[in-house]
Amino acid sequence: MKNKKWWLVAFAFCLLLATFAPLASAAPDGLERVVEDHNLTERIIEPPFVLIADYLFPGIQNEAVAGVLAGWIGTILVFALAFTLVWLIARKNNTKTPSDTARINNG
Amino acid sequence: MHIKILICSCNRIAIASNGKYEITRMHIPDGLLNAGTLVGTAVISTGGVAGAVRVVGKKLGEKQIPMMGVLAAFIFAAQMLNVPIVFGGTSGHFLGAALCVVLLGPWATLIILTLVLIVQCFIFQDGGILALGANIFNMGIVGGGAAYLIYQLGLKLFENNVRTKTILSFAAAWCSVVLASVACSLEIVISDVIPLRVVLPAMFGTHAIIGLLEGAITVAALTLLRKTRADLLDLQESWQTDEE
Repeated sequence: MKNKKWWLVAFAFCLLLATFAPLASAAPDGLERVVEDHNLTERIIEPPFVLIADYLFPGIQNEAVAGVLAGWIGTILVFALAFTLVWLIARKNNTKTPSDTARINNG
Repeated sequence: MHIKILICSCNRIAIASNGKYEITRMHIPDGLLNAGTLVGTAVISTGGVAGAVRVVGKKLGEKQIPMMGVLAAFIFAAQMLNVPIVFGGTSGHFLGAALCVVLLGPWATLIILTLVLIVQCFIFQDGGILALGANIFNMGIVGGGAAYLIYQLGLKLFENNVRTKTILSFAAAWCSVVLASVACSLEIVISDVIPLRVVLPAMFGTHAIIGLLEGAITVAALTLLRKTRADLLDLQESWQTDEE
């Protein structure tokens, strides 16, 4: 199916974007800047648990590799979550009111 | 290329070892906002997301399912890519609210941004767990809502062609980023952290520039989509007008 292929290419493009994560600027972003400039860092409460902090996969010495791995994991995870959730919502809806969905799909 | 990666990595280490603020974050961490602000924004966000699930459940067609997945993945990946902005060692990155609004409407946008923020919060420790409601409120509700209102108002006021839509999506993107940052500033002010006259110019200044980046990426993504899969744009547009 042509459409399916397009979606695969689009998802591959997202993974490619994530691959560039190690090249991202390490400078603080807008909010971080304000926090740093006004000595608010002491206020910050560290998270109760840490999985993939700093967008670096833990336990890997090479930061570029750790960054790419973290980026890929996140991208795949977000896709899988969004796809599953939306599929569940839509499926529930489709079984409830098939005529409604048909109407929407037809424009 | 390889050398560049190494240099970037070194920067990151340097910043991380500088002080207490070790984890790189772009969203509101815990400890910044007070309890009242956290509860208030959490309640609004919960209500908003519940409403969004209901509306999207009613309106969603089969064709939008892969779109929502890929768009969420794109937003996550793009949000990681901080770009240095012109002044003083500050970076900015994509938000994605406006792109999402143009393609799927405000309710689907709220769901997508909420999912991205949940993953960033729980897996990547970006954005506090207690501040999750505030982050969803700022980006999903204020950012997405602003983008939607501006885009729809513009479509009603001006001649409906590709050029108008391009300009409108740029404007919607800029406003979504700037207004989300204003909402964040107000929460900081309400929490009595720093006064308005200090936080607002700082946040507004950086995000006015980040907003230009947001506009450029939004327009580029929409143009690419129009060139390769115009049917998706048309589909969403007919779906959105259906909504009214």
